[in-house]
Amino acid sequence: MRTFGFPEFLFILEAAKWTVALSLIAFIGGALGGLLVALGRTSEHRLAQLLSGGFIQIFQGTPLLLQLFLVFFGAPVLGLEINPWVAAGVALTLNSSAFLGEIWRGCIQAIPAGQAEAAHALSLSYFSRMRFVILPQAMKIALAPTVGYLVQIIKGTSLAAIIGFAEITRAGQIINNATFQPLIVFSVVAGIYFALCWPLSLLASRMERRQAAALAR
Amino acid sequence: MNYTFQFGDVFAAWPLLLKGTWNTIELSLMAMVLGLALAIVCAWGKTAGPKPLRFVINAYIELIRNTPFLVQLFFFFFAMPALGLRWSAHTAALTAMVINLGAYATEIIRAGIESIPKGQIEAGLALNLKRHEIFRFVILKPALKAIYPALTSQFILLMLSSAVVSAISADDLTSVAANLQSQTFRSFEIYIVVAVIYLLLALAFSALFRLIYRVSLNYPDRR
Repeated sequence: MRTFGFPEFLFILEAAKWTVALSLIAFIGGALGGLLVALGRTSEHRLAQLLSGGFIQIFQGTPLLLQLFLVFFGAPVLGLEINPWVAAGVALTLNSSAFLGEIWRGCIQAIPAGQAEAAHALSLSYFSRMRFVILPQAMKIALAPTVGYLVQIIKGTSLAAIIGFAEITRAGQIINNATFQPLIVFSVVAGIYFALCWPLSLLASRMERRQAAALAR
Repeated sequence: MNYTFQFGDVFAAWPLLLKGTWNTIELSLMAMVLGLALAIVCAWGKTAGPKPLRFVINAYIELIRNTPFLVQLFFFFFAMPALGLRWSAHTAALTAMVINLGAYATEIIRAGIESIPKGQIEAGLALNLKRHEIFRFVILKPALKAIYPALTSQFILLMLSSAVVSAISADDLTSVAANLQSQTFRSFEIYIVVAVIYLLLALAFSALFRLIYRVSLNYPDRR
């Protein structure tokens, strides 16, 4: 039987790059989707509101694990070839679209109505109003909670281990099965996640404090 | 797409699904009650306790909030028995959920406690209330009221993340679904049905929380 040594540690550490890659995919995809959802939620179009509202309700009201299973087992039904990479990427993207969309909706609505009215009065189009007036201001408020949400995405990628995607948690399981030293293996796994997430958490709360101080002035 | 959906096998297994749903409800409710109790103690320790205690509570919160629930679950299920503590998947799952919720809820409740104006506490002192009475009636109850929406949405997130405990086969709804799919191979249908059940559970829990608010916290205040 193997014992937990430096090669085993390296094996888990190397898997961290897949966690980071999957997190980036989920974040970039989720940012694009989230922007659409947030714009839909805040638009005056009844249908857009309804669709994005339903999307949020479904993805915030069901477990991420089930969403992962539905994509993983559902894609073959639709006749699509799928591997854990694609399934995890798609499910995490959809999930973060819903959560980021809801966060950003709040940020867009926090911009005083006068701003949109002024843009109207200048007869700016919807696109220009959003692009030049609302979104730049909303982005400033959105920065801190978005960084905070990145931590949730990184933690969420651990669920991809359950469908066999070889990221940190899965690597930990594999090493644990070979060494039977769960205490040290899962401490290392938790430690790597902590090293990834904690700096982001600190950054998010620092940004939040600075923003609160700026608003108090 | 030439796939025929067959929900027959799924609906035929309704007693199993019902049992799984009940297990998920029971597990979540127990975790909510115990996690809230843990969080209240930690929030008190963090706002009023001695410095070393504050440090320990902070370390606990940061450690839990910056690692995935699945890893915490594996830690409790695989690593604790290695330390000589033998327990079932169900107990390990419940413990992981309580510890996890405790960390998030502590931060939420602490924010509520810090929002209580000093004058309110001084008013309690002036009325000659005892320390624990002040904490319970003057600080905790208005604090819970102030942060109620954040707390209850954390509760619902906990209920949803309880699906993860199926990874150690803790008999919850998702475990039932996983067993069913290995018997019937109708995985897509099963997970659709189970996702709908979770959605209904989330709606039911938020209705329950609104009811609790109306019954016990709906008194007028300054805000």
